[in-house]
This record gives sequence, structure tokens and C-alpha cells, in this order.
Amino acid sequence: MSFDVENYFRDQANGDVILFYRGNIDSDVINHVLDTVEDKLVEINEQSRLRKKVYNVLVESLQNLYHHVDRVPADFEDQSSEKFGLLKVNKVNGGYKIITGNFVLTDNVEKLEEKIKRINRSSHEEIKELYKFILNHQRISAKGGGGLGLVDIVRKTGNKLDYNFKEYDDKFSFFYLNIFVTEES
Amino acid sequence: MEPIIIEGTPKTPTVKFDAADGVFEIKGRSIPENSVEFYKPLVDWLDSYKETPLSKTVVNIRLEYFNTSSSKCILDVFKKLEAIHKAKNEVEVNWYYEEDDEDMLEAGEDYESIIRVPFKMIEIVE
Repeated sequence: MSFDVENYFRDQANGDVILFYRGNIDSDVINHVLDTVEDKLVEINEQSRLRKKVYNVLVESLQNLYHHVDRVPADFEDQSSEKFGLLKVNKVNGGYKIITGNFVLTDNVEKLEEKIKRINRSSHEEIKELYKFILNHQRISAKGGGGLGLVDIVRKTGNKLDYNFKEYDDKFSFFYLNIFVTEES
Repeated sequence: MEPIIIEGTPKTPTVKFDAADGVFEIKGRSIPENSVEFYKPLVDWLDSYKETPLSKTVVNIRLEYFNTSSSKCILDVFKKLEAIHKAKNEVEVNWYYEEDDEDMLEAGEDYESIIRVPFKMIEIVE
């Protein structure tokens, strides 16, 4: 194995861990993660506005993994996960960090990065218009994604997407998405 | 027409579409992975309803959460309502949002700007 996919998460470790998950991302896992995080946020009396934003962003990031992850490399230690993903939810100063990680075929990296860069270049007004345009003009893909997930995350958080691609081997890369849900966004 | 009555689940909303009183309701959470599977029967039902609609149809949307995949399906529901409205029938959409939920209000405003049907934005004050 060329690198440990969890290393990046260790470097990013700050604040209190609300949840960490590593493994297959299926419908039951998504239910379980959403319930757990929602319960914890209620338990610590998080204000409902921020609680809703975290929940919404979590739904989109998990379903992005569900709809889009590529299969795991043949030498990866977890071969049982058809849709392998990492997820960490941290409470940090000023809000919450939601970090996801998943394999992508290196051939698809450029396209994904271009999409993220385009979103990050857009102003809040442009993001709202882009959301409406995709909503009204793009059909749901065969994979079940609507192409709106990342746009929705940026719209709801008001923050740019922080991301990283790490080369795994000659075919695969590992994609990290680091989302900051701020209190006043 | 047989009404559609669906109990809500943690990921899918409560639905009540009744052609007898012309009041349609979608309420709760709409965050399924496969939203087309859930919404297709509703869109098909509206397709039949639009052949002989009541002179007035009221639609109450009271969602706590919805994912982006549902957002496209909800647009398909609204497009059917738009066709009913275009055929000179009265259609009214009541879009409910909780008082601190600006995102839900904005989502309603998005639909209002795309669909030519009168919308009312109704704040739920607890």
C-alpha cells in the first residue's frame, strides 16, 4: 500500500470528534450516521440553525460518496467495501468540519478538480444562479446524482471547498473534501 | 381517482394527494438516495389528475429537510401543477419554513422564480 488513507485525517485532527466512520457507504450507514450526528448535536444543545446546516451538508456529502465513489484499488486492505469512504465530523472553533475521503480514478481527477475550481471562483450570487440553472436544466444521472451536491454545500455553508488529491498508485487517487460549516453562514 | 396516502419515514415524506378535495400535502423529510423511485408515482398521479382537475388545487409543502436529488423531483411535481394552472385552473402553493430556516425559504423562492404558479411563503413560528 502506497500510503495510509487516514493520515490526512490525523493531520486535520482538531476540536472534538463528533463521529468518525471508515468503510462501506450504503443506505443503512447513511441513516445511522445521520441519526448519530443529529442526536449528538441535540444533546450538546447546538442552535437549530447550525444543526440544520450540518445535517443538510452531511446528507449531501454522504450521498455524493454513495453516488460517485469509484471502486477500491485491488491491493487496498478493505476489499469488502464496494463504496469505500471515510467520514469525520468535528466540532471546531466557530462551527463544524465535515471531512470525507474516497478513491477516484486518476483519469477523473482533472474533471472533478475543474468543477470544484469553477464553484470556488463563483460569488454567492453566482452560486445561487448556478444552483437554479442546474436544478432546471440537468436531468438526474444514471448514477442517481443530480450534479447539485457540491453547489448546494457551498451555497449553504457560504465557504469555499477545501480539497486535496493524493496519488495512491498509477491508477487511483484519494480525494479529500474538507467542508467548514460556520456558525454565522 | 384513488388518493395517494404515504406514511413518512426518516428519509421520505408523508404524502397526501386527494383529488376529492384538491388539497395535496408533502410533509417531513425528503432525503432518499433514490428520489426518482419515490416521486415517480406522485408525478404520474398528477399527470392523471391534470386531465380533470378541480377548479381550485391547494398544495402544502412543509419540508424539514430535502436533498438535492429530491429537489429535482419536487420541481417535476411543480411542473405538473404549472400545467394545471396554465389550463386556467386555480393553483396555490403554500411553502412552509421554520422561522430560523432561511435556506428553506430560499429554496421556496427558487421554485417560485422557476414555476409560474402563485406561491405563498409561510413562516412557522414555534
